[in-house]
Amino acid sequence: MSQPRSPLADLPGELIMWVLIVSELAVFCVCLLILLVLRLGDPALFAQSQDQLHRAAAGINTVVLVSSGYGAARAVAAIRQGAEAPARRWLLGAAGLGVIFLGLKSVEYADAISKGIGVETNAFFTFYFLLTGFHAAHVAAGMVILLLVAIRPQPDGVQAGAQFWHMVDLVWVLLFPIIYLLQ
Amino acid sequence: MKYHTQRIAMAYFVTAMALFAVQVTMGLIMGWIYVSPNFLSELLPFNIARMLHSNSLIVWLLLGFFGSAYYMIPEEAEREIYSPKLAYLQLGILILGTAGVVVTYLFDLFQGNWLLGKQGREFLEQPTWVKIGITVAALIFLYNVTMTVLQGRKTAISNVLLLGLWALALLWLFAFYNPSNLVLDKQYWWWVVHLWVEGVWELIMASILAFLMLKLTGVDREVVEKWLYVIVATALFSGILGTGHHYYWIGLPAYWQWIGSIFSSFEIVPFFAMMSFAFVMVWKGRRDHPNKAALLWSLGCSVLAFFGGGVWGFLHTLHGVNYYTHGTQITAAHGHLAFYGAYVCLILAIITYAMPIMRNRDPYNQVLNMASFWLMSGGMLFMTFVLTFAGTIQTHLQRVEGNYYMDVQDALPLFYWMRFGAGVAVVLGAVLFIWSVMVPRREVVTAGPVQSHKDGHIEAAE
Repeated sequence: MSQPRSPLADLPGELIMWVLIVSELAVFCVCLLILLVLRLGDPALFAQSQDQLHRAAAGINTVVLVSSGYGAARAVAAIRQGAEAPARRWLLGAAGLGVIFLGLKSVEYADAISKGIGVETNAFFTFYFLLTGFHAAHVAAGMVILLLVAIRPQPDGVQAGAQFWHMVDLVWVLLFPIIYLLQ
Repeated sequence: MKYHTQRIAMAYFVTAMALFAVQVTMGLIMGWIYVSPNFLSELLPFNIARMLHSNSLIVWLLLGFFGSAYYMIPEEAEREIYSPKLAYLQLGILILGTAGVVVTYLFDLFQGNWLLGKQGREFLEQPTWVKIGITVAALIFLYNVTMTVLQGRKTAISNVLLLGLWALALLWLFAFYNPSNLVLDKQYWWWVVHLWVEGVWELIMASILAFLMLKLTGVDREVVEKWLYVIVATALFSGILGTGHHYYWIGLPAYWQWIGSIFSSFEIVPFFAMMSFAFVMVWKGRRDHPNKAALLWSLGCSVLAFFGGGVWGFLHTLHGVNYYTHGTQITAAHGHLAFYGAYVCLILAIITYAMPIMRNRDPYNQVLNMASFWLMSGGMLFMTFVLTFAGTIQTHLQRVEGNYYMDVQDALPLFYWMRFGAGVAVVLGAVLFIWSVMVPRREVVTAGPVQSHKDGHIEAAE
C-alpha cells in the first residue's frame, strides 16, 4: 500500500530544527508585540527610554551579525563541495563575529547599568533586557553550536548550525528596528 | 504478551487502581465537607483528607508510569526486564511508603519530627523517611529499566520514556531541599510540582500515548517517532520557562510575570500536538484493533488533556488574569480536568489495553469499560464547568468587590452541591472501571478476527 507523500519530505534539514526555529520566532514575535502594545500606553516614556540606548552600537551589531550569517551560508556551500578546511574557516569566522556582537552588547549593558538602568526600571527596559538578553543567550548558544560543527564538518551538521545561526540573525533584524529605531 | 516479565506491570496496575479508589473516595468525602463543613471535622480534618486525595493521586499515577514502563520496555527493547525481583522490591518499598504516609497523616504521628513526621509543604508533605524510600525505589527502577534498554533495542519511544523517568527522579530531589526563605522554598517546590506535571510527565505521557497508537492503529513506527519528537520539543520549550507562571506572586522579580505569561501560553501547543497526533494516527491507521475501549481512553486522554491542561490552563495563566483568579475555584477546575485528562485517562488507557493481554484473554467487558469512560469523563467535565462558574463568581465577589473569603464561600453552596453530584458520577465511573478490568465476564463486543486490517488481511493481536 502506497502512503501519500508527506509534505515534510521536501523540508531541508531536520524537522526538529524547524520546530525549534518556529517556536523561537513565535516567542520573540509575541514579546515584540507585547512591547508594541505597552508602548501605546505610554509613548513618551518609551521614546525617552529608547533615547538612552546606543543606536550606533546596535547598528554596527546588525552589520556584524548579518555578515556572520553570510559566513555561515558560505560554510554550508563549502562543505557541500566537500571542502572541509574552508568550511571550518567560515564557521570560525561567523562565530568570531558573534564574539564582537556580544562584546558590543556587553558595552551597551554595562553603560545602561552604570546609569542605574535595570530590568525593573520601567516596562520598556524590562522588555529591552528580556528580549536582547534572551537573544544574546541564543548568540552564545549559536556560537557553541558553530564551534561544535566546525570540529569535524559534515553537511548535515553545518546546515543545522547555519539554520540556527540564521534564526538568531533574523530575530535580531526584527528586534533592532522595533527596540532601537521605531519613533 | 510476548515477554514474561511484562506481567510485572499487573502488580503495579492493581496497586494503582486500589489507590485510585482511595483517591476518589477521599475526593467524594471532601466534596461532602464542602457542603457540610463539620462532617468528620474531628476524625478526618479537611487538610488531611486533601493531603490523602492529592498524595494518593500522585502515587497511583507514578505506579501507573512504572507499570507502563515495565509493560512497554520489554516489547520496545525486545528482551525481558533485567531483574523482576528488583521490580517487585521496588513495588514493596512504594507500598510500604504509601501505607506509612496514610498512617502518619491520619493519626498525626511524630508531629514535628524531621524524619518521621509529616511536613507542612503542600503536596510534598511526606515524612523524610518516605521521601528517601521513594528515591530508593526510583533508583531501583531506573537501574532496572535502563539496564534492560541498554542491552536491547533502542527506540524513540523507550528513549523518551527513559528521559522522562530519569528527569522525574532527578527533579524529585528538590523535594529534600527546604530553604528557610519562603520565596526560595516555593521556587524549588515548583521545580518538583510544575516541572513534573507540565514538563517531564508530558514526555512520559507522549511516549505511552505513542506506544498505544503504535499498537492500536498499526501506523508505521517512523511516523509515530516524528510526532513524538515534535511533542517532546514543544513540551520542553514551553514547559521549562513556563514555570514562571508560578512565580508571579511568591516574591520573585516582576519580569517573571512576562516570561511566565509568554512561555506558559505556549504550553497549549504540545497538548494540541498530542491530540492531533492521536486522531491523525487513528485516521491513518490500517489496523482495526479489537480493544475499542483502550482506543476510547487514549483519544479521550488526548482531548481532555488539551482542554484541561491546555485551554483551562491558558484561561488563567496570563498574569493580568491570574492577579484576580489566583487560588480560586478556577484553579481547582483546571487542576481536576488537567490531571484527569492528561494522566488519569492515560493510565486507565494503558491498563485497559494491557490487562486483557497480561491475563491472556480477549478484551472482555468493553461496553462496561466504555460506559465507565463516559460516566467518569462526564462527571469530571461537569465538575470542571461547575467549579469554573463558582470560581468566576468567587473572583468577582472576592477579588473585584473585595468581600471576605468566608462571606463569598457562603454564596457558593449551589455549585458545591453540583460538584458533589459530579463527584458521585466520577466515583461510580471508577468503580465500574475497576470492575470491568478486574472481574471476568463473558461479554465480548465483537467476535470476529483478532485484528482485521482495512486492506483485508488479518493478523493476530499483539
